[in-house]
Amino acid sequence: MKIDWLAKLRHFLQVLAFCLAVSAIQYAFTPDRSYEIPLVYSLSIGVTTWGLIDFGRHLLASSAQTGWPQGLGGLGLALVGIAGGYLLGTLAADHWFGWSSWGTGHAGAQLRSSLLITALAGIAGSYYFYSTNKSAYLERTMTEARQHANEARLKLLETQLEPHMLFNTLANLRALIGSDPQRAQAMLDHLIDYLRATLEASRTSTHTLQAEFDRLRDYLELMSIRMGPRLRYTLELPPELAQHQVPALLLQPLVENSIRHGLEPKIEGGSVKVSARREGDLLMLQVLDSGVGLTAPSPERPGFGTSQVRERLAATYGAQSAIEIIAVSAGGTCATVTFPLNS
Amino acid sequence: MRYSHISLKFMTDYPATALIAEDEPLLAAALQAELARAWPALRVLACVGDGASAVAQALKLLPDVLFFDIRMPGLGGLEAAAELADEWPQNRPFPALVFVTAYDQYALEAFEAQAMDYLLKPVQPARLQKTVSKVQLALMARAQTAINSGADSSSMIEQTLHQLRQLLSAAAQPPAPGTAPLRALQVSVGNSILMVPLGEVAYFEAADKYVRVLTAKHEYLIRTPLKDLLPQLDTQSFWQIHRSTVVQASLIESVNRDESGRLSLSLRGRPEKLAVSRLYSQKFRAL
Repeated sequence: MKIDWLAKLRHFLQVLAFCLAVSAIQYAFTPDRSYEIPLVYSLSIGVTTWGLIDFGRHLLASSAQTGWPQGLGGLGLALVGIAGGYLLGTLAADHWFGWSSWGTGHAGAQLRSSLLITALAGIAGSYYFYSTNKSAYLERTMTEARQHANEARLKLLETQLEPHMLFNTLANLRALIGSDPQRAQAMLDHLIDYLRATLEASRTSTHTLQAEFDRLRDYLELMSIRMGPRLRYTLELPPELAQHQVPALLLQPLVENSIRHGLEPKIEGGSVKVSARREGDLLMLQVLDSGVGLTAPSPERPGFGTSQVRERLAATYGAQSAIEIIAVSAGGTCATVTFPLNS
Repeated sequence: MRYSHISLKFMTDYPATALIAEDEPLLAAALQAELARAWPALRVLACVGDGASAVAQALKLLPDVLFFDIRMPGLGGLEAAAELADEWPQNRPFPALVFVTAYDQYALEAFEAQAMDYLLKPVQPARLQKTVSKVQLALMARAQTAINSGADSSSMIEQTLHQLRQLLSAAAQPPAPGTAPLRALQVSVGNSILMVPLGEVAYFEAADKYVRVLTAKHEYLIRTPLKDLLPQLDTQSFWQIHRSTVVQASLIESVNRDESGRLSLSLRGRPEKLAVSRLYSQKFRAL
């Protein structure tokens, strides 16, 4: 448990100011009594109540995250704090003046008004601290969430504009300009579409399955110019699924993994097949390669690409989505993504 | 100054042979075409697409210059060069090495530090011309020393190996932050998982996609590639002695040098002799 002492000091000063205000109001109603009486009672009851509640909340486990105990715990804490503050604070103030509030010499009305003031002030104070604490917590979580989203977007961009891929593609382009200008132009067009889609995917969230497959074709076309006969690819998209909306560039990291970890390390290269099909109410997208296959089952360090796809699926479709990556017995890897067609 | 000017002029015709290792066919062809312009007297003996073929072809053709791409299927350029240095015939001068890369954040700093020559893709004519001049100077200097001191290439190979060591350690992946050093290995035997304490391991040997784990009495297979396992091992207790072998240092019993100068070692409790590649032989300097 970590206590922020600066925040505690700030709370303490706020409580002091509040108690002074309460005692000033009391004095305004009973100007014939000495100001010392409401001042001492207000301060001792107020500070005790604050101390019980503000330090007591750290003892309750449910306050660890938000700073305030959840549900009945929070209400109970406030009630115990107010009651305890009233009893202990009154005793302390009695000790200061050298008399007893519970003795027979005092009117019941005095006790009742004192209790009422404590209850009202205690509830007002508790509510004030509860709500400022809550709004600070909400703001903190919102900033964190925003930061997280920005980081994810930046990471997506970074992986897709991976410098090694970019400069190798440019080097191929440079070679083609001299030897085969027409192919160079075609390659440049694919690169332009790929870059545009990548930049747009960091802003727009979904596009059609047709657009998804077109972007994969751009990427695979670029890679097949680079890898020559070492890469063959096929894309299978049934026309009835073409207009279905999917998260933009969802499959890109999987295709990239197939090439980078499956085919690039394999001397003779191989093939990548991307397909979509409908299975009842589910849409199944599959990336199958004939590369070197999964090396080690390392749950402690899953590839960035895969975890990114998993996160995006969970964020969009929740528990109804799934991603499965298996080693194919003939060698190679098969990644299957499943999510509901209508959501 | 005047000397180098004169020599550069005369050297555009300096005859030499080269080997290109580059996995992207268009880039291999482009480099060959650019070289034909920059160094007409250079004869490219072969273009290969992976590291293992590069080593095999280089040993067969014995070229003067090597252009190695850093990222290639199978063996990368750095590893291929190290393997080549290991097997290079002693009576031949080691070739001049030029590495080619599209982008390698960490390696480039190391290249600069080691004064190793490299080319960035896309290869540009002006930069290539500079590299060609440097290589030609190196080849001339080499011919000169060969005349003066006989054809002994060992000091040059030593220097190349030293540079490669630095480059390989710069390019090696740092261990993922927060991962605790490994204490025991999980190996599956039949239907159960066995925990093998690292202290019992005599050595690791890379075998295709697997790693063989050998203790005094047993042998296991794990599916973690050696390059992923290495960063998790304590370098004080585990020494890499070959591209595919890592031994428990405290178990080393003896290290022997054969008549051709190659090192091998034996471990306490294990019968076999393990080859020590020259890349990692600096640990046994006393020999």
